[in-house]
Amino acid sequence: MKILITNGRVLDPAHGIDEKFDVLIEDNRIAQVGTDIQTADAEKIDAAGCLVVPGLIDIHVHLRDPGFEYKEDIESGTRAAAAGGFTAVACMPNTSPVNDNKATTQYILHKAAQAGHAKVYPVGAITKGLKGESLAELGDMKQAGCVAVTDDGHPVSHGEIMRRALEYARSFDLPIVSHSEDLSLVGDGVMNDGFVATELGLRGIPWVAEVSAVARDVMLAEYTNARLHVAHVSTRGAVEIIRAAKARGARVTAETAPHYFTLTEDAVRGYDTHAKMNPPLRTSDDLEAIREGLADGTLSVIATDHAPHHPDEKNVEFNLALNGIIGLETALPLTLRLVEEGALSLSDAIACLTSGPAAALSLPGGTLEVGRPADVTIIDPEIKWTLDPQAGQSRSRNTPFGDWKLKGRAICTIVDGRITYRLSD
Amino acid sequence: MAFNHKHILGIEQMSAEDITLILDTAESFKDVSLRSIKKVPTLRGKTVINVFFEASTRTRTSFEIAGKRLSADTVNISASTSAVVKGETLEDTAKNLEAMKPDIIVMRHSCSGAPHYLAERCDFSVINAGDGAHEHPSQALLDLLTIRQKKGHIEGLTVAIIGDITHSRVARSNVYALNKLGAEVRLCGPGTMLPPGIERLGAQVFDRIDDAVSGADVVMMLRIQQERQGKTMLPSLREYSMFYGLTPDRMKLAKPDAIVMHPGPMNRGVEISSAVADGPQNVILDQVENGVAVRMALLYLVSGGEKLEDSAQ
Repeated sequence: MKILITNGRVLDPAHGIDEKFDVLIEDNRIAQVGTDIQTADAEKIDAAGCLVVPGLIDIHVHLRDPGFEYKEDIESGTRAAAAGGFTAVACMPNTSPVNDNKATTQYILHKAAQAGHAKVYPVGAITKGLKGESLAELGDMKQAGCVAVTDDGHPVSHGEIMRRALEYARSFDLPIVSHSEDLSLVGDGVMNDGFVATELGLRGIPWVAEVSAVARDVMLAEYTNARLHVAHVSTRGAVEIIRAAKARGARVTAETAPHYFTLTEDAVRGYDTHAKMNPPLRTSDDLEAIREGLADGTLSVIATDHAPHHPDEKNVEFNLALNGIIGLETALPLTLRLVEEGALSLSDAIACLTSGPAAALSLPGGTLEVGRPADVTIIDPEIKWTLDPQAGQSRSRNTPFGDWKLKGRAICTIVDGRITYRLSD
Repeated sequence: MAFNHKHILGIEQMSAEDITLILDTAESFKDVSLRSIKKVPTLRGKTVINVFFEASTRTRTSFEIAGKRLSADTVNISASTSAVVKGETLEDTAKNLEAMKPDIIVMRHSCSGAPHYLAERCDFSVINAGDGAHEHPSQALLDLLTIRQKKGHIEGLTVAIIGDITHSRVARSNVYALNKLGAEVRLCGPGTMLPPGIERLGAQVFDRIDDAVSGADVVMMLRIQQERQGKTMLPSLREYSMFYGLTPDRMKLAKPDAIVMHPGPMNRGVEISSAVADGPQNVILDQVENGVAVRMALLYLVSGGEKLEDSAQ
């Protein structure tokens, strides 16, 4: 089967390509990228006015499967991914059972292969049961298909265990994804600590809870010469620490999520539980620092931290609501919004959704190089639409962007040469 | 002027005119409590449900008496927050209450924003009787009524509020209310009890009680809520009383005619010495008395405010 994508603006930041090219897909691989490609028997997709980019990769999603399928499962989660333009996602291990063993990893891969909407790369746990006490079988999980390890929402508080995890994972060239947060400073906080929390009478989480933990983890990565990927950076202080560490040559990468460069703590006013997340939405100064970090490459990855929850878990008092929002179907337009506002070049924006995440976790993909698997996303950057949470592909609806007027959207998602999503007119 | 609020969620949303109207209305209701038959027919046929998710005797009783003196049918529900653990959500509670067709729900809840949640989803009027560390509007209004009675005015006064500002809904509501009526507010407490940016609500911040009390017209002490302090907010109550307790000596720094207020219940010997609590400057029981009148005014005004002339005369 062949697909020929014609007349599109091909943008492949990994190779500095930004030109009007055709792309030919043959036998599930990128066969040719160039002008005037002639082929008789290919399905043709006219991409005039559109961007043709490497398949988007989201390295921080919660598919909730196994264990919490009422929020999301691998089928619905990957369907949402495809609808958002993602051809691959890395899924977090805080499932039930926890993905801290080969069997669970294999289950995830098996179900993902059946669903087929997007590639799924499991991320295993650092410690057994995410308890932060003893190392999980990192080598075995890597062999089974895990691309990284993390204790996700449960930061590894014990310094020595984090040190040993980094040392051990280094032997397997396995990146450690760090949810860097000092829980003793988080306390029972439910939003960013600051004037808005004071005004609303809600307990605050100080920025230093993130920054001090990022500092520890970055220093440990340098000390052990291991690979560290810092998840969901939300503060100016963390951006500055990561920038300095990278300048020193540390093997550190970092991501942020669209909500941290789009919303501030002001979104909590009115006690909107769709603005409750961890780390919490911060100040406009932090938002500015996140945008600067994306622009200068300190933050090389935009990930969604897609965290589906049932309406019953959000339709409660603010203190009691669970943390997190869905993000697979809004990440691309929110990132393009950043480009529209001049905070980021289009090429850098696409890099943060393709080559950046691929490099952070050493994933295949992230480029349109000939011979690579044909993971391609076609984006109409001009299409205007209004987000209707009820119309999403995710099983959950917990987004703060409901009714937002968005611009730009994936119109076609191709995984291994198969069309997994097509926007219907 | 007309009162245009369906709900009383906080002082933040009120104008100075709203506050003055409530205080004036409360004044006119005060004498109902002094009659031998303490009842007017104003809210006859109206149903008021007091839903208290957090323990309270003073505020709940005050609202209940207020409702009864206006001839409303008042019902009390004390639901501990453990009802949440038992499974009923606030939304279900709200739906159940709505099905009983109340006119007004008076709600106290340990979660900031809970009354707002109810107000958004239901037809009845909601009066916030204290939500988390957010607002306690009826308390601030009764404080203002007391100050106005004792001082004759509010504009231009200096009011020092001392104690655990971080956890105090009373402090927040009072800062808004006093600011709107032109008083100068000082907030004082140890660093662990002064939340970030609190000065932006419109107050001067002090970490020494002597400085805060000096020249004040009103000294308002807050209860040290021992259950909220944990182990990290204070070394000991003994030390707190040494550095932040209101003693007769410290009261001498205030204006000679200054009054002492406390929302209660007091921890004698901790935030306030008995000599001050029982001294001539205290107006603590006046606050309680005014509480009933203010709550009558709130129930009356959110009900539409008809028949005031008949009922209060």
